[in-house]
Amino acid sequence: MTALGWFQILFYLFVIFLITKPVGIFLARVFEGEKTFLDSVLRPVEKLVYRLTGVDEKHEMRWTEYAIAMLLFSGVSMVLLYVLERLQRWMPFNPQKLPNVDPTLAFGTAASFTTNTNWQAYSGETTMSYLTQMAGLAYHNFVSAAVGIVLAIVVIRGIARRETEELGNFWVDMTRCLLWVLLPVCLVASLALVSQGVVQNLEPYTTAQLIVPHTEQVRGADGKITIEKVTEQVIPQGPVASQEAIKEFGTNGGGFFNANSSHPFENPTPLSNFLEMVLIFAIPSGLTYTLGRMSGSQRHGWAVWAAMAFLFFAGVTTTYWAEARGNPLLHGVDQQASAMQAGGNMEGKEVRFGVADSALFATITTDASCGAVNSMHDSDTPLGGLVPLVNIMLGEVVFGGVGAGLYGIVVFVILAVFIAGLMVGRTPEYLGKKIEAYDVKMAMLSILILTLTILGFSAVAAVEPFGTSSITNPGPHGLSQILYAYTSSAGNNGSAFAGLNANTPWYNVTTAVAQLLGRFFMIVPILAIAGNLARKKTIPESSGTFPVTGALFSTLLVSTIVIVGALTFFPALSLGPILEHLLMLAGKTF
Amino acid sequence: MRKNLLIAVWFTLLMTLLYGLIYPLAVTGLAQLMFPRRANGQLIEENGKVIGSRIIGQEFSGPGYFHSRPSAAGSGYDPLASGGSDLGPTNKTLIERVEAAVKKLRAENPTAPIPVDLVTTSASGLDPDISPAAAAFQAPRVARARGVSEEQVEALVRKHTQGRAFGFLGEPRVNVLELNLDLDRLYGGRPSGSPLQMGKNVARTAIPSGGAGVTAAREGTRSDSQSTVR
Repeated sequence: MTALGWFQILFYLFVIFLITKPVGIFLARVFEGEKTFLDSVLRPVEKLVYRLTGVDEKHEMRWTEYAIAMLLFSGVSMVLLYVLERLQRWMPFNPQKLPNVDPTLAFGTAASFTTNTNWQAYSGETTMSYLTQMAGLAYHNFVSAAVGIVLAIVVIRGIARRETEELGNFWVDMTRCLLWVLLPVCLVASLALVSQGVVQNLEPYTTAQLIVPHTEQVRGADGKITIEKVTEQVIPQGPVASQEAIKEFGTNGGGFFNANSSHPFENPTPLSNFLEMVLIFAIPSGLTYTLGRMSGSQRHGWAVWAAMAFLFFAGVTTTYWAEARGNPLLHGVDQQASAMQAGGNMEGKEVRFGVADSALFATITTDASCGAVNSMHDSDTPLGGLVPLVNIMLGEVVFGGVGAGLYGIVVFVILAVFIAGLMVGRTPEYLGKKIEAYDVKMAMLSILILTLTILGFSAVAAVEPFGTSSITNPGPHGLSQILYAYTSSAGNNGSAFAGLNANTPWYNVTTAVAQLLGRFFMIVPILAIAGNLARKKTIPESSGTFPVTGALFSTLLVSTIVIVGALTFFPALSLGPILEHLLMLAGKTF
Repeated sequence: MRKNLLIAVWFTLLMTLLYGLIYPLAVTGLAQLMFPRRANGQLIEENGKVIGSRIIGQEFSGPGYFHSRPSAAGSGYDPLASGGSDLGPTNKTLIERVEAAVKKLRAENPTAPIPVDLVTTSASGLDPDISPAAAAFQAPRVARARGVSEEQVEALVRKHTQGRAFGFLGEPRVNVLELNLDLDRLYGGRPSGSPLQMGKNVARTAIPSGGAGVTAAREGTRSDSQSTVR
């Protein structure tokens, strides 16, 4: 670990702290229908959208109608993506003449992008045409992010409003989110990324004549290995920057290329890397301020932010420490940091990022439900890889996915005040709303679904040949691979211990099911909580009310998150990464 | 329900048009206008032929060139198969691969410590850079092979060493392709086998090609992708 490494991490957290308030205020203004500086340009477009789609702007929805509209929209969008993938061969913007995507992969990918997971069992550069990338995948990056954000807004409205059934209009919220929030930022960010070297074109792939040809072994159809001279390098192109911006800003994480944000065409410089990291946390962090502002308790917003920042810092510290120590099994190799090299565990990492930026990115992408990667988590040291895994298992509430992080943390807040209420023997309250059996049941339901999905599928995959045959790293690391796959899917993260061969019918179908369960069975109970909270009366704070502000509350919130996560997943984790760490220290290989 | 389903269909189509086509095409237009070289991959041309991208690594062999890091992309630096080895830290395959690499590097430079990036594969398999330590490690070999002094090679390495952004972001690094091109330019003599003199090209991918001839012709006429070889 180096002083500069730490400085980068602290600087990043500081920048996130600085943008929290402006982003939070802007989000609140957009969704409360207040004036913003973009109104003169966007208001006419907004009205046009409503006219063309038949939306009644004034209509307010109950939580059930909101949920139905959200599910219908997600369903229709998912079908469209599936169709695009299946027909891309005959569509425009396909200069490489890529064939249609096969059915299980197309279904898996459609589920994955609809649920904001962006789990990828394919290589973008050899599977998806430019049209599928733009109109299929990048489109879903926008709308699945918007769905997450508007649901968080509904939950906040549920807390803020009283004695009403009305929670807003799904279509209006979506339109305003897409036009005011996502579009302007992505336009600017994608051009900033191009200025760093992220490509943006519609050209066919470029064939370069190598100045030094090299030889490679090629296995022929008859199984014979022949040596061939390689004289060319085919360099993929594409509309990458426009997708890269929303991929990070919408915490989607689906790479244009197989190597995701480690690919020089997706993330060419330390500066582009920093911008991408800021984009990931911008909305999730801002939403804590929006929560405070709309619910009338700004200090509550900051207390939630502080709990998140603490967990973030704990995670990045552990990963950075583990990765900077390097791999003790590599003998005769200099892994010490010096002025000449970053050192540490460089397997699966890029020189321009080194261990500090890689550890930071890995923590951010799994705290948020992003899943973009700038290093390969599968090659991390056992403890370095443990942190991303745990981050997702905690429910991705450390800032979290856009919207998803906020409604996820509200679930934990409800649990925290419930536990505090049990301790003092009073009915728990949250910002003036009584928390009753129904709310706690729904909160628990969303937590249990996640747990059941992760551990259930992992258990089957860990003992059945159709699950274990995809393992590529033997020993305890194999269990980590499987565990990570279902954790990432159910948590809608999308990053992977990518060695696992996930493009099999078993994994394509089960990860897709896990993604759909993790998304929609989480959302519906949360909407139910929002609906139920909005109906309640507000009761004035009394001396017996447990405060949801200040250090005591933040501590209780952190404890609730850690204890729930630890109790649930510790047995599985001890058989995977923790065991591997101990065996690695003992010098054991597999 | 029916009303919302109808809205869902229209909304999906309209937003696909806006965000799936108009937005990326608008960004493409602006990017091509504002940053044409960068938007097209910073291609390097020599004698009218594209010889690579500044930011996509290539494999170099022979003692007279600086070597890139090991690569897990296809058979090495294949951009159509970008990615890492995904070998876990306790995987025998990884440990043995590193051991073999260490042995080879030890033979060519028996004294200097072996920098970790020279024996590990990158995340993308296309890492264009090596650490300054990895360049320093290779400098004596390159100098010997080229018959120039180590100081000259080291000076060239220093020239191609890029520091941290704003002094603190990222890590210092040396771009291997640019360094090697400069070596060739200054100390002449591309070793035998340059494709510029070779007739036969090996198509190396399973992907249906867009046509190498077409691509080359297009690149040849493009003004923004002119050579960066100074």
